[in-house]
Amino acid sequence: MSAAVASRSAVPAPPSEPVVLDARLPGATSLAEAWQNRKQELQLVTRARRRGQTVLVVGSGLAGAAAAATLSELGYRVICLCFQDSPRRAHSVAAQGGINACKNYQNDGDSVERLFKDTLKGGDYRSREANVYRLAELSVAIIDQCVAQGVPFAREYAGHLSNRSFGGALVSRTFYARGLTGQQLLLGAYQALSKEVASGGVQLLARHEVLELILHDGRARGVVARDLVTGEQKALIAEAVVLATGGYANVFHHSTNAMGSNATAIVRAYEQGAAFANPSFVQFHPTCVPPGGQPEGKLLLMSEALRNDGRVWVPRAPGDARRPEQIPEAERDYYLERLYPRYGNLSPRDVASRAAKARCDQGCGVGPTGRGVYLDLCLAVRREGVGKLEERYGNVLEMYRRATGEDPLETPMRIYPGAHYSMGGLWVDYELMSTVPGLFVIGEANFSDHGANRLGASALLQGLSDGYFILPLTASSYLASHAFGALPASASGVRDALDRARQRTERLLSVRGQRGALDFHAELGALLWDGCGLCRNAAGLEHALGRVRQLRDAFWQELRVPGAAGELNQELERAGRVADFLELGELMCRDALAREESAGCHFREEHQTAAGEGQRDDAHFAHVSAWFHTGRGTAPRLVREPLGFQSVVLAERNYR
Amino acid sequence: MKLLLNIWRQPSASAPGRFVRYTVTGIPPSHSLLEALDVLNQNLLAAGETPVAFESDCREGICGACGVVVGGRAHGGRALTTSCELRVSAFADGAELTIEPFRAKAFPVLRDLVVDRSALDRVIGAGGYVSVRTGSAPEANVTPIAKPIVEQALDAAACIGCGACVAACPNASAALFVGAKITHLALLPQGRVERKSRAAALVAAADREGFGACTAHGECQAACPKGIELGVITRMNRELLHAAE
Repeated sequence: MSAAVASRSAVPAPPSEPVVLDARLPGATSLAEAWQNRKQELQLVTRARRRGQTVLVVGSGLAGAAAAATLSELGYRVICLCFQDSPRRAHSVAAQGGINACKNYQNDGDSVERLFKDTLKGGDYRSREANVYRLAELSVAIIDQCVAQGVPFAREYAGHLSNRSFGGALVSRTFYARGLTGQQLLLGAYQALSKEVASGGVQLLARHEVLELILHDGRARGVVARDLVTGEQKALIAEAVVLATGGYANVFHHSTNAMGSNATAIVRAYEQGAAFANPSFVQFHPTCVPPGGQPEGKLLLMSEALRNDGRVWVPRAPGDARRPEQIPEAERDYYLERLYPRYGNLSPRDVASRAAKARCDQGCGVGPTGRGVYLDLCLAVRREGVGKLEERYGNVLEMYRRATGEDPLETPMRIYPGAHYSMGGLWVDYELMSTVPGLFVIGEANFSDHGANRLGASALLQGLSDGYFILPLTASSYLASHAFGALPASASGVRDALDRARQRTERLLSVRGQRGALDFHAELGALLWDGCGLCRNAAGLEHALGRVRQLRDAFWQELRVPGAAGELNQELERAGRVADFLELGELMCRDALAREESAGCHFREEHQTAAGEGQRDDAHFAHVSAWFHTGRGTAPRLVREPLGFQSVVLAERNYR
Repeated sequence: MKLLLNIWRQPSASAPGRFVRYTVTGIPPSHSLLEALDVLNQNLLAAGETPVAFESDCREGICGACGVVVGGRAHGGRALTTSCELRVSAFADGAELTIEPFRAKAFPVLRDLVVDRSALDRVIGAGGYVSVRTGSAPEANVTPIAKPIVEQALDAAACIGCGACVAACPNASAALFVGAKITHLALLPQGRVERKSRAAALVAAADREGFGACTAHGECQAACPKGIELGVITRMNRELLHAAE
């Protein structure tokens, strides 16, 4: 590994030298003009020169597919990788609800300014104003783009686009296609990508997983990828690298993410000098189907809308094993209605999630694992009849029936919070470039726009705005402003990266212990859930930190990976991903420990109001925490990027 | 629950395959069939054997990654159900099931239950899109689209590209898949400009990839987990006729 350190770029600096993060923010201009002005400053080059430059895009979800297609349209040579067998399967496909855009088609007073402020407030003022403003600004063009691609958004009878309302907003600005919004947006981007693949502009490498970043002269110049069918590990050279690899909620093992969603590319990049921002910011969703003893951690997400008609409760007595119908009214604890009389069952996501966990920790949880609470629609059935509820929630109820074999209109549903979305990610500047020159990070993989908590229906928005409208311009400018020499396969940066990837794969296969990677993943998830999950405190985090380290040691001594490197080997893929989750788990605990406040998803028990709500500390923590790797076995270095606000005076979060 | 599983094992694309019989016990009835395979794989791993390779990602029926043939039926033959949504409780306790990959000339087996479906991507690349560059879109509400038309387009666009239609078809035809994309885009004003060239190009690409012809068996419609109907094939043929004019 020492060769890698030697070829690393200027970051991380030696301990004596302070690192200053330059976010390349717009400066003193008004937020409304910032992006327009920046676009004028970005460098351009002729189409002829673009043809000679290669951009490598890792991931094919909304951000990756949009970026790859658009860069190819601009004339660059693009290589797009995905681990799935087809780019159309990236996890963006599973988003149901919708995409926010301030079109103001409802004439209800929406504007760029309002979407911007809702997103900033939703993020509990831990995001960058200029980024969030740009996100709101670009939302309008995204809807136009998607409609032109043939995305069948819901329409009104006269044929105009329809909207629905979503949490955290007083206006109706969410565009949707039934419960298939993510799928339809992804197909739009996938089809645009397919057009460019067919024209020869994009080389598509499906079933390829990135294992290492290639650095040369301090710049990102490619990746080492493993062909998941043959096992061949190859160096792919480019002039710039774009990571669009999605989120890392799977670090918790139980999450709503897809089975394959992983953090390998961003952890590899972190180890090569890319700062990791706010790693502990992960959003939990209160209405997942609880785990039922399955070996895999996949959680099914139920629409939150169910909380409009359902009452949440647990048995009053711990360990009450009776069926829910047998528990009389007086022996039920409708704890959300009891603790939060004003919001009741519609308490915010994080509040509802923490309350459910607290009941289960007291032994009042229900279901075979004791990790679940009831969401009871039976009262609504008595009030309104089965027909009305079927009409309102038909497909969600059907999903639940399929998953559990129980009818939620006869037996209360069981729900439990699950890790859902990572606001944290690799640090990027205003132009979406990481601290490694030439390494761009877009979509959920970066940290940029959602602060400490993401607003519903804004994930799709961010992926597409990064991919279609920001990255193609900023990466172009980067490519225009530098001269790149040819990078031969014999260069040390290429050989080092290939060596690191090969050594790592060999190491995973050579432990030859007795425990499968899944076992370690489940244990990691459980300990992060306890120590660095919905509720955090210093002692719990210290404990989790120690246990993650022990678990990582055990992993490298007891792991068993069957088979060989040169074949389709799903256990080897899993082991590599779990190894990286172990690194990330440690970083998350450190980040949560260092942030001595509560903000959005990050709830430190030491920092709450008398009413049990999180308490921000703007005087000390209005910053982005960016972590730099300093080598294996040494503590990472924390660098703070201060957050300034010109649009708002910071106010305490208040739901009352 | 207990299941006896006859599973297709094939070490690589070039190696011959065979069925191997496994007994899996203690499966909670709420598990999906793929979760029963997860249990089997953990057992195999503990016994020092090679786990069964199979694909899945979202495990909620939307990504299209999973797909196995159970008892001769693609995705197990339950209505509107992908392999990952198929519950073991759909089978009798102690049932014996045959699990094999989606079989088609255009879907070569890569390992065990994993097949190569990249032919479907190449078919889309032949014209399954609207040729609009990023940035050149007009204001979204300029072109109203009747609600029933957009709903019909979405019915077709809901295809998840799993390939069950191909696996179910005696001819291994991809007509339902191709028809769904042609229908989705031909119904919308944005897709109309290229409709003639698109229909011809997609059908030609499917032929090139080795998918068979449609002889209207209707097995595809029965196997489709998203309820896409044979009408899309009728529309495909109509679009082809227009293309020939």
